[in-house]
Amino acid sequence: MSEVFTVAVLVAVVASAIRLAVPLLLASLGETFGQRSGVLNLGVDGIMLLGAFTGYYAVLKTGNVWVGLLAGLVIGLFLGLASAVIAVTLKAEQGISGIGIYLFGLGMSDLLFQKLVGTPIPIDTFPQVDVPILSSIPYIGEMFFQHSMVIYLAFAAVPLAMFVINRTTFGMNIRAVGEYPEAADTLGVSVAGVRYATQLIGGSLAGGAGAVLAISLGIFQQNLTNGAGFIAIALVYFGAWRPMGVMAGALLFGFINALVLELKTLEIIPRDLSNLAAMAPAIITILVLAFAAGRFKAPAALTKPFTRGK
Amino acid sequence: MKNVTTKMAILFAVVALIAAACSSSDDSGSDDGGFRVAVVAPSASNDLAFTQSIVDALNKLESDGVVSEVAVTDGTFVVDDAAVAIRDYASDGYDLVIAHGSQYGGPLQEIAPDFPETSFAWGTSADTFGLDNVYSYEAASDEGGRVMGIMAAALSQTNTVGIVGPIEVGDAKLYVDGFKAGVLVQNPSADVPVNYIDSFSDVALASEAASSLIGAGADVLSGTAQMVVGAVGVAKTDGVLWFGTQANQTSLAPEIVVASQVYHWEGILEEMVTNVKDGKLGGELYVINFANDGLVIEYNDGFDLPDDVRQLGDDAVARFKSEG
Repeated sequence: MSEVFTVAVLVAVVASAIRLAVPLLLASLGETFGQRSGVLNLGVDGIMLLGAFTGYYAVLKTGNVWVGLLAGLVIGLFLGLASAVIAVTLKAEQGISGIGIYLFGLGMSDLLFQKLVGTPIPIDTFPQVDVPILSSIPYIGEMFFQHSMVIYLAFAAVPLAMFVINRTTFGMNIRAVGEYPEAADTLGVSVAGVRYATQLIGGSLAGGAGAVLAISLGIFQQNLTNGAGFIAIALVYFGAWRPMGVMAGALLFGFINALVLELKTLEIIPRDLSNLAAMAPAIITILVLAFAAGRFKAPAALTKPFTRGK
Repeated sequence: MKNVTTKMAILFAVVALIAAACSSSDDSGSDDGGFRVAVVAPSASNDLAFTQSIVDALNKLESDGVVSEVAVTDGTFVVDDAAVAIRDYASDGYDLVIAHGSQYGGPLQEIAPDFPETSFAWGTSADTFGLDNVYSYEAASDEGGRVMGIMAAALSQTNTVGIVGPIEVGDAKLYVDGFKAGVLVQNPSADVPVNYIDSFSDVALASEAASSLIGAGADVLSGTAQMVVGAVGVAKTDGVLWFGTQANQTSLAPEIVVASQVYHWEGILEEMVTNVKDGKLGGELYVINFANDGLVIEYNDGFDLPDDVRQLGDDAVARFKSEG
């Protein structure tokens, strides 16, 4: 048991948690924008899958990981646009249309992979970037400052998202449209315009999250995300629709997953309890969600299409 | 506007369903009065693992003229979807319907009695549910696991050899147990941490499990099921040796893959087809192993494996062959 409490184990768990958290963080940050404006997109996982394939394929063809990331962001942008057309312009029921987008992404990413690639071919991964000076700090450096550039960028996106949502006119419009779209409309804010913008941001970040996942792993496989997009949606609720809360949720989810893996490697979790332990991240997420449900309110107009005069 | 919305929603749903269907179903022939086989499998046909092993075998039977048609529905990681596909193939009159996944046992037990004239096969499992129209099949993957475990122990400098497992069932468990036993036969003092990630499909978790094992000192790794592609990537980055199973995984990382245990189901499938043609629709268990050439160790020619280690592997295979 004493093996658990070594610094080396802690370092490994934290570093692993950060890697596991990043795709969730990016996707849930994007979904936060959408939900704060009143649009729920259940298709995040499908967008992630298409972003993952597109990013993977772009790296396979160009050998450039940044082109891959860009490809994931762009395909996500297009799918965000499709989500906006369905949810905002056509005012479709958001839950159902989101499932449609998920199925589309799931099927199309696999179809494209089968037709364009076939057998999994490894690709280059994001290179590790050691932050000067900080990366050489014992233990701390290995945990926090010896990662790839996309990991630093993902965490840098959190204060940026906070700033945009809380300190800019655009952010104020997002919040207004998500809480009381009729009032925002009366004040001259384009409800549809704001919601389109948040769907583009959300789709782009979801596509980017998928690309980050595939390029970090250096491979693509059918259903690569394994439901990460749905976890990302749950993390938005978990984080009470706030970027910092979302980041905390993603890190907690990653940390529990990493800790369970480490405990299994050290054979501290008995084999009989292995599958029970694997459920720990989901169980803890549900418990925190239940706790958070009574304390924080969802945007009042969430999932409600807006029609002027109604 | 409502009308347009409805039409758009229907159009989108249709496109989504077509994409989903196209990605997972490959009906490569037609009913010409020959022998028609269908397989339903959990992952992609080219996963370099479990599903690919059965699809490759069926394609070989088709090219050899043993069967006239092979239909594949892959990617059915949702068991309910697999159940629908199994029932559809049986309804369509396929002569042999293969449920290629331990997780498909429950639905198959319900479906098979509804089609007493259709033969079903289910693996990996030893259970035919006492039904006369269900064959079961499994791989003695512990044999190959043991052979490669022996070689892994001989190659390890740190005396730590790690294994990434999916869920502790079926041939995955057999392989992991066999591999661990092989390591300990060669080096009783070796440390053999095993990390079951409790998923057949979580590539990210498998890669983190590999990182965790390497952090624990492992300089040789192995793993089973389709999610190990992520673990192979981590092994490659860290310069850790890898032993594969189910299909030849050399192409994933030619620098570090030492050898792979490859499943060859075609022998037992041919026997099943012969039986079905003779009117015997099920009730038997088939096992592939070294003795019947259902298991083969394929070495990576690009890896400089020391002769004495190769000899250890060959000797172990020879023992299994002689023991039958």
